[in-house]
Amino acid sequence: MNCQECDATLNIPDDASVGEIISCPDCGADFEIAKKSGSNVELKQAESVGEDWGE
Amino acid sequence: MKVGVVGASGYVGGETLRLLVNHPDVEISMVTSRQHVGEYIHRIQPSLKGFTDLIFSELDYDKMADRCDIVFTAVPHGTATEIVKALYDRGLKVIDLSADYRLHDPADYDKWYGWEHPHPDYLPKSVFGVPELHREQIKKAQLVSCPGCMAVTSMLALAPLIRNDLIDLEHIIVDSKIGSSGAGSGSGTAHAMRAGVIRPYKPAKHRHTGEIEQELSEIAGKKIHVSMSPHAVDVVRGILCTNHTFMKKDMDEKEIWKIYRETYGQEKFIRLIRDKKGLYKFPDPKFVVGSNFCDIGFDIDEENHRLIALSASDNLMKGAAGSAIQNMNVMCGFDEMVGLRYTPLTPV
Repeated sequence: MNCQECDATLNIPDDASVGEIISCPDCGADFEIAKKSGSNVELKQAESVGEDWGE
Repeated sequence: MKVGVVGASGYVGGETLRLLVNHPDVEISMVTSRQHVGEYIHRIQPSLKGFTDLIFSELDYDKMADRCDIVFTAVPHGTATEIVKALYDRGLKVIDLSADYRLHDPADYDKWYGWEHPHPDYLPKSVFGVPELHREQIKKAQLVSCPGCMAVTSMLALAPLIRNDLIDLEHIIVDSKIGSSGAGSGSGTAHAMRAGVIRPYKPAKHRHTGEIEQELSEIAGKKIHVSMSPHAVDVVRGILCTNHTFMKKDMDEKEIWKIYRETYGQEKFIRLIRDKKGLYKFPDPKFVVGSNFCDIGFDIDEENHRLIALSASDNLMKGAAGSAIQNMNVMCGFDEMVGLRYTPLTPV
């Protein structure tokens, strides 16, 4: 499965479970495992908090 | 392989020695300095204490030809013209770290440096020393000219965008920040004048513009112009280039990632940095210091069709001595990473 942001290959462990966060190794986008049935995995964008440098 | 270094008392020469003393495939045979003949190297380059007991000698071309197979020249711009020719004529492989053999067109020396090149017939013998752009030519070269530090840092970010015809070639702006070691060891480096500085020191017509235009024009297949503005900032090492470009047609993040991955996926000294988390979201010289990496990233300003290509390097490494060793490795058939497997020093 590829990253929805940058298209890098995501590493999703076989034993990953629903609710687990998968982080893209290239761009750092976070995805939450929304559904999992055998090898079929559905991801959704995970919430993240960014830093604020006074912008 | 026996190597010599001409002009090893400055920052670039010292950095070249730092890398050479740890390179497993070379032996340093001769190190020269006009100012410090007879002096131990470590007295001028204190960090090398314990790594070499060599003494600076005079530059004697015939002795150098007897003792060395390959020579690095790290002397000020304008003074390498004769030295490089003399070494080249004696059959030595030469890696020049000055600007004296970077430009192919003799007229460009008048335009960018204000002097006439005394040996224009030697310019075609020189290969521009960026392995990521000219690896096959470097393999066969007797003379390689290492690029300017800001020039190589910006052109590596821009080259894939031009090669793939993605950006408007009429409007390329290189905004560069560079640390004090980029000014060399001899000029304008008083702490009182450097500390806290963010100094635009050549907002227009900086001489590295000539090399950037030369290399990017070659890729584009037509003459292009680049607008460059460098700034001196309060760090010792490091360059950040913010390269502003304008897309011919709008592209998304995935498409830009694809272009950079296709170009640099196999390159050992280029890392792609565009992270959504942590401190290192975009290239930052703080995280390359001491290494030969050029980190490249980007951001997209859709409203203005602007693609900002960012690149960071250590000006003494990828911007000078690191590139020189990488070029030597390519010229001599060594593993390209040998002697350069340094992780960046952090925190600095």
